[in-house]
Amino acid sequence: MMRIKGVLLAAALGALVVGCGPPQANNNQPQQSGTAGQPVGDMTGELKVWLFQEASNAPKEATIAETKKEFEAVHPGVTVTLEYLPVDGRANRFNGAFNDKNSSPDVAEFGNTDLAGYTASNGFADLTADLAAWPDSKDLIPSVLDTAKVQGKTYGIPWYTGTRALYYRTDVFQELGLQPPKTLAELGDTARRIHAAKPDLYGIAVGGKYLYGALPFVWANGGDVAKQDGGKWTSTINSQPAKDGLKQFADLIKDDNCPPSACAQFTGTQSVAAFAGGKAGMTIGGDFNRKAVDAGTVKGNYSVVPLPGIQAGKIAPAFAGGNLLGVFRASKKYTLSLEFIKLLGGKKYQQKMYTAMGNLPTFKDVQAQIAGSDKFLEPFVQTAQAGTKFVPTTPAWTKIDAQALIPTAIQQVATGGQSIDAATNAAASEMNKAFGS
Amino acid sequence: MALPILDPASGSAPVAPEWEIPVPPGPVRKKRDGRAAWIYLLPTGLLLIGLMAYPLYQLVQISLYDYGQPQASGAAPLVFIGFDNYVALFGDSQFWSVLVATVLFAAVCVVGSLLIGTAFAVLASRVRAVPRMLLFLAALGAWATPAMAGSYVWLFLFDRDFGLVNEILGTHGHSWTFGQTSTFALVAAEVIWCSFPFVMVTMYAGIKGIPGEVVEAAQLDGASWRTTATKVILPILKPLIVIATIQSIIWDFKLFTQIYVMTNGGGVAGRNLVLNVYAYQKAFAGEQYGLGSAIGVVITVLLMLITVVYLRAQRRSGWQP
Repeated sequence: MMRIKGVLLAAALGALVVGCGPPQANNNQPQQSGTAGQPVGDMTGELKVWLFQEASNAPKEATIAETKKEFEAVHPGVTVTLEYLPVDGRANRFNGAFNDKNSSPDVAEFGNTDLAGYTASNGFADLTADLAAWPDSKDLIPSVLDTAKVQGKTYGIPWYTGTRALYYRTDVFQELGLQPPKTLAELGDTARRIHAAKPDLYGIAVGGKYLYGALPFVWANGGDVAKQDGGKWTSTINSQPAKDGLKQFADLIKDDNCPPSACAQFTGTQSVAAFAGGKAGMTIGGDFNRKAVDAGTVKGNYSVVPLPGIQAGKIAPAFAGGNLLGVFRASKKYTLSLEFIKLLGGKKYQQKMYTAMGNLPTFKDVQAQIAGSDKFLEPFVQTAQAGTKFVPTTPAWTKIDAQALIPTAIQQVATGGQSIDAATNAAASEMNKAFGS
Repeated sequence: MALPILDPASGSAPVAPEWEIPVPPGPVRKKRDGRAAWIYLLPTGLLLIGLMAYPLYQLVQISLYDYGQPQASGAAPLVFIGFDNYVALFGDSQFWSVLVATVLFAAVCVVGSLLIGTAFAVLASRVRAVPRMLLFLAALGAWATPAMAGSYVWLFLFDRDFGLVNEILGTHGHSWTFGQTSTFALVAAEVIWCSFPFVMVTMYAGIKGIPGEVVEAAQLDGASWRTTATKVILPILKPLIVIATIQSIIWDFKLFTQIYVMTNGGGVAGRNLVLNVYAYQKAFAGEQYGLGSAIGVVITVLLMLITVVYLRAQRRSGWQP
């Protein structure tokens, strides 16, 4: 009796598990559309906007309040509601919005590396045609606009861009009679000389988890993370040039410069914090790190040059970081949302956001104008205009990034746990697994 | 559900295995008792179905699908892949090394908190009121500290540059959270620190519950201190030890916060991962909910197996729940 009951129960459970699938939301609607020349969706009501919460958010809030006022004056009957999200918890909020389209906001700021993953979830509306029809869009820097594209379609307006360059201590360099390095090889030598002369300082503060500090080394050596062939991505992190670059970077995380016991776990923020706290002769930092460095003890005693390439006179290609403004696919106010991001992401407010937050604009003319008046930005603009690179625009990147495959390889090489070949081969095979699914 | 946690020595409790009165075999209850029992169990049963059975059912189900964020939001079709997630998991060498690390780490934490907890319980039962109160205050303070706060306090204490420990030992610049063993040892110490009070309080209650006459009788019969401890006190405490051990195994095997916080998500190159953090990294950071669920199922099955095997071993040695 018990046995029959058991078999029946198991069969029923099995049928239940296999029969009906796990729960799914239905964020699979086609993009909202309308008649040509007519606005798409509601033109009045509440416009919900998500923006990121920054470390010092007050100037951002003041500028956005201005945008809100201007937008509401032009569009009567519209209320713009703003919410500031912490960057760290963003995945939950965005995934939640994709899963529940009825409570989705209309407009959001988001990081360009997240874009491919979001579009795979039908998260954002395709803006290709409408942006092409926007006269200002022709001034957007092409390599920056590329970071808003997935498979040829544009899903956002680049709001600001961030590039990284080499920060160095002018006082330390003067004392030791050093010159800013002209090549990446020289960078390593300079770093070791600083650490040898001043053991309290890291020659250059970099870290095993500082992916966007490491990638320029790969790119400068002529390598890349992955290549796309007929829609299919394959990892190239174990190719010779990529290995040379990663090795060059991992060799900085050694006892003669930045000991692995401290630096193997450093992120970009921690590397910059070490520099800002006066614990390093150099670091790789972004234009967006200026406030953090100025808040530290090295204020007034540092300068910035572009990160050098393999040959003297070349600049190592920087990672084209930055944030986009996009319209949620589930928004019921497509045209209104588009108008809002054209205002907030337009030249006027990019200029204002630069003044408020130091964000580097994405329009060629606005960027040039700012660089002319702000000496600090010059190396970053030089780097940006020398050509930037980006990570693979595929949802697989979310997995690769989250599993820290490349940082793990760097850490393995830096701590001597694995050879460069073994570490990069393992990373490549894991990456290909992610690309394959 | 009513376990005789704090009442181990009342009346017929097995003082020593050989004295045990055999339970009469076969059903002695009437049918009507069965119905009443069902009604009494109903509220608990409903809660268990809602909060345990249904989530477990979903966990198993999701683990059989290729289920990522696009599938969750409905942008991509669901694909039933059978046991592919499990095949991928068992084929991943990292999974096995994480599993071994988890088992060893949990074992150290369980043994450590049991030994230290019992030792302090014995100490507490032998000292005067004031030191006992201080001991309890210190232990309960550790117990009451939130895991997150405790982890950070320990990290600050062992900080490479500013930590008190390096200051005292004169090992300035030594990183306690770099080497694999040293990191696991540090986290294990923190875990033992915040979980031994449970064992200590349980054991203390058990020791206090032993009637003085029993110990006295043993001593009158000429039993040495050692014999009294192993032949009289330990058997009486056995139900408590079993419960404390199972609790500790389950807690320490499922450990998340301390590892996640103190090793910054799994240590250098992921060498300080434990299963739960590994599952989190796969499921939520990597948005592979299917694979993450498979890891969840494996953890659940493993814990059930460990518990069953442990209970059976105890039963073989004469203890009945």
